[in-house]
Amino acid sequence: MTAVIEVAGLTRHYGKVHAVEDVTFEVEENTICGLLGRNGAGKTTLMRLLTGQAFASAGQIRVFGESPVENALVLSRTCFIRETQVYPDSFRGKHALRAAERLFPNWDADYAAQLATEFNLPLDRRIKKMSRGQRSAVGAIIGLAARAELTFFDEPYAGLDAVARELFYSHLLEDYSKHPRTIVLSTHLIDEAAKLLEHVIVIDGGRVIINDNSDALRGTAVTLVGAKSAVDTFAVGREVLGTDVLGGISSVTVAGLSPADKAAAAAAGLEVAPVSLQQLIVSRTRGTVQPQEALS
Amino acid sequence: MDEGRPIFVQIAEQLESQIIDGSMPPESQVPSINELAAFHRINPATALKGVNMLVEAGILYKRRGIGMFVAEGARERLIAARRDAFSDQYVRPLVAHANAIGITPTQLAAMIRKEAGS
Repeated sequence: MTAVIEVAGLTRHYGKVHAVEDVTFEVEENTICGLLGRNGAGKTTLMRLLTGQAFASAGQIRVFGESPVENALVLSRTCFIRETQVYPDSFRGKHALRAAERLFPNWDADYAAQLATEFNLPLDRRIKKMSRGQRSAVGAIIGLAARAELTFFDEPYAGLDAVARELFYSHLLEDYSKHPRTIVLSTHLIDEAAKLLEHVIVIDGGRVIINDNSDALRGTAVTLVGAKSAVDTFAVGREVLGTDVLGGISSVTVAGLSPADKAAAAAAGLEVAPVSLQQLIVSRTRGTVQPQEALS
Repeated sequence: MDEGRPIFVQIAEQLESQIIDGSMPPESQVPSINELAAFHRINPATALKGVNMLVEAGILYKRRGIGMFVAEGARERLIAARRDAFSDQYVRPLVAHANAIGITPTQLAAMIRKEAGS
């Protein structure tokens, strides 16, 4: 396996704001990687750093083995679709596609035209007159048809309706299967996108808190529901991600249970429910103060 | 797909079910990785993991450059494995649930006979 992105100790401060703090990870070639986290967690800053649009305060970035900053060799192989892309006022949809054609060596104009038809995008309309969803569609089409070796999609579907999002997912998978490449997708619609992802990186408060294969992550956590005393007894010494109590009933989300542990929980009269990737990430990033920290 | 369990396990189980119910007979070709990925809207690496589970278990085999096929005797072996797991998976929870609401084993047996006969 070759790593397309290698990041070590990466840090970016804006004044007192620690947007990205000591981040280390790799992204393997030809995988779809999800970059997940809450609003303001540092996802966009991280992608700007990886595409040479922001400068690191400390740490190392290697993209295709080189620093991306002012590096035409790296950036010509990279496509970054931003949530808030600004186009010149006079630009129409077709102008954006034509500009993309000049920028991206692997551009497929026929595919772009087919996508524009499927997304119902009025190519003759000025982009500033387009709806939010239509502007997002422009980005999605460029990101797909560019076929860049490394593509970043930063929240590619703000304002896209459910039908258009499904269309995007289908095309992303189909085109990725035909033309394998590395894709980094940032989104907060985790449940929708989870099945597309091979690898998941979750950042919270500028730090990486989960960096794992998504198949390995799924099913590692379960929610146990039952009488508070039984739940508390079972949860002792385990990694508890979240707790809810309602009268005598308690619900805890616990990480790292083996099948034998799950059977033991069921035998103790607890209801064992699987936790989806989205629930897992929500419970890890909820920002609740742990009881022991609150006491000290 | 059920979000809480590994998707590749679910892919493997669905293929197993199709072999057991006879819709994929021995020597028939299994959908390609990309077809499975497109159909279930999942990452191809996940689909590959599911199929590889069955290849390692000898349920499917690869013909280089052509695709995946159902092995001879796969159905019988899957049925035997599912029978072994049946008691743990279904009978034990059934008895536990029945017991919790005061249904005796004799009553439960009568209920099963009635259900099967109807």
